[in-house]
Amino acid sequence: MSDIFWWVIFPYASLTIMILGLLYRFAFRQLTWAAPSTEFFEKKWLRFGSPLFHWGIIFAFFGHIMGIVIPMSFYDAIGVSDDLYHMGAVYGGSLAGIVMVAGLIILLIRKIVFDPVRVHATFADFYSVIALLVIAAIGTYITVFGNFTPEEFDYRTAIGPWFRSLFILNPQYELMTNIPFIFKLHTLLAFGLFASIPFTRLIHFYSIPVAYTTRAPQQYRSRAQYKKRSS
Amino acid sequence: MKIKAQVAMVMHLDKCIGCHTCSVTCKNTWTNRPGTEYMWFNNVETRPGTGYPKRWEDTERFKGGWTLKNGKLQLKAGGPISKLMNIFYNPDMATMDDYYEPWTYNYENLINSPKSENLPVARPQSVITGEYIDKPEWGSNWDDDLAGGTEVVSQDPTVEKLQDHISMEYEKTFMMYLPRICEHCLNPSCVASCPSGALYKRDEDGIVLVDQEACRGWRFCMSGCPYHKVYYNWNTHKAEKCNFCYPRTEAGLPTICSETCVGRIRYIGVVLYDADKVKEAASVEDPQDLYESQLSVFQDPFDPEVIKEAKKAGINEEWIESAQKSPIYKMAMEWKIALPLHPEYRTLPMVWYVPPLSPIMNHITNEDELDTDGYIPAIDQMRIPVEYLASIMSADDTEVIRKVLLKLTAMRVHMRGKTVGGIDEFRQSELLKEANTTPEELEDMARLLGVAKYNDRFVIPTGRREMDDNLYYEQGACSLEDLAPPEGMASLIGGNR
Repeated sequence: MSDIFWWVIFPYASLTIMILGLLYRFAFRQLTWAAPSTEFFEKKWLRFGSPLFHWGIIFAFFGHIMGIVIPMSFYDAIGVSDDLYHMGAVYGGSLAGIVMVAGLIILLIRKIVFDPVRVHATFADFYSVIALLVIAAIGTYITVFGNFTPEEFDYRTAIGPWFRSLFILNPQYELMTNIPFIFKLHTLLAFGLFASIPFTRLIHFYSIPVAYTTRAPQQYRSRAQYKKRSS
Repeated sequence: MKIKAQVAMVMHLDKCIGCHTCSVTCKNTWTNRPGTEYMWFNNVETRPGTGYPKRWEDTERFKGGWTLKNGKLQLKAGGPISKLMNIFYNPDMATMDDYYEPWTYNYENLINSPKSENLPVARPQSVITGEYIDKPEWGSNWDDDLAGGTEVVSQDPTVEKLQDHISMEYEKTFMMYLPRICEHCLNPSCVASCPSGALYKRDEDGIVLVDQEACRGWRFCMSGCPYHKVYYNWNTHKAEKCNFCYPRTEAGLPTICSETCVGRIRYIGVVLYDADKVKEAASVEDPQDLYESQLSVFQDPFDPEVIKEAKKAGINEEWIESAQKSPIYKMAMEWKIALPLHPEYRTLPMVWYVPPLSPIMNHITNEDELDTDGYIPAIDQMRIPVEYLASIMSADDTEVIRKVLLKLTAMRVHMRGKTVGGIDEFRQSELLKEANTTPEELEDMARLLGVAKYNDRFVIPTGRREMDDNLYYEQGACSLEDLAPPEGMASLIGGNR
């Protein structure tokens, strides 16, 4: 029963809160939708903390896509052996994880030490940095010290299929019952974080300005067009 | 040809007394909210000095504006790809240290303090952290009237560049005021720097605005603007900037800084320009050609061809008429006495400055016998070095400044001659010839610069709000564009607008 709660109800509830929250905030709280930079107050620590964390999480994100979203059969089909995959995952993942954790620690210290940054940091700001730090630290620990050989535990045989099964609305919660606790913790904390995204400044992740590379440098808007755009 | 209208400003620096009334009224109107305390949409700088923020003219550090690379116009800080790579940390951005930590005073203490031997004081208190600041060390006008002395003056990037021409010996010191607002450039680099496309130039009047809903706080506009006139609101995490008081100009009123200007130094009017020529004009090789090339984009509002094209572009009769009466067109394009600020940034700025005259350095020994042409060499002996003015207004081309100063001098000599005699002599003089002008033009200039009334200084057509599509809906709504909250879901999915 508790398995159904943790591996079916909880993930779906989290994703639902995230999606509805994002839609609500996008529609009604557009004025609060921004990257929460404090560079104006302090930039010496940010110079290291922010790029380390962001590049770390970007690589970690793609690592998760490779490990969780892309099925094992795909790697078999293109001829990537398990050993080769794990070598890439362990070295690449460890590097990304360590970089990300280092960045987060710098950012957290910065948030506490510098008066203007601390005074204007809300509960949500501390929460998101600390939550990310805990999740990233667990993930890095798993990657650096874990053993993914098929004899031990290969998350690609359990967490991957379960994660994908969520999206085809056929959740196979039984896959998650016997995985090591630390993997469970990492997964559940991550879903908890997803649920809180709309209420934190992490929303800026959803506005990566990719269109910037293709648009004309100069933007003209007439008042009439402007109204059409925003209505 | 693609004609667009631009609302522009001229500031006549001769008349600026440095009273900061413009800054104060602007602040009271626009930036008296949390997060905006340090923002001065309008500020007045004492020159030479570091300006606000400190050393904003140091483009090598802040990388604002445009640059020519292999003949192609590019953002100095790099294009979209390099911006996205640097999006987690903007290396060029100024911080609070470059502006100042805004503070207020603990006035309450003056009333509430218990009886004591000493008078109670109101201690300065940071509005960022709420902590007391024992000793404020910098503020937006800390070096007002050269009060920073040589220590601060020597940090002026222009002074650094012109060390040979400028000496800060007591007898040779000079100063002038430079009021600054957003330039509302024809080729704004802040707009091009914005990853979210939140900054835009308004089609109707060329005012550069930040869409507060689209802004995501990436902060590239802050460093992308070479004039440092886009500010970051630390409270809302969005950019804010001078909006040329558009709710006022749309109603045909001048901006609040112009309205309240004690010296009446500001002029506002409409100019017509050809938007197709902007890029080309900003891309000329030699920075010293930028002034002329910028002038070439403006169109004669009396030319029937231009009027026809303007109408085709949807510019109405009232706006064309205003462009014909525009004080800006007269001063900047016709008489060429107003110059753009730092044309070398290649943004084609639209706030123009009439450079100030200043006292002549050397004593004129026999003033009674001084003939009219004696004023010509005087131009080069003015207290404010021509090189300094050239460095901020004409990309170091002293000839441009000389011409303007000659014309302004000729105007004074002529008007003086009209009262005390010598007008015939003036008509034959070398001064008139070298200033390349006519007594008639000089008199027009004197009228506009000296005695022009409100309606001559501010020729502003209204924003044609009567053309809005749904006036009935707007009734009783907030007049500021979309500041009023949408009325429920219906307005989001297209409903009532």
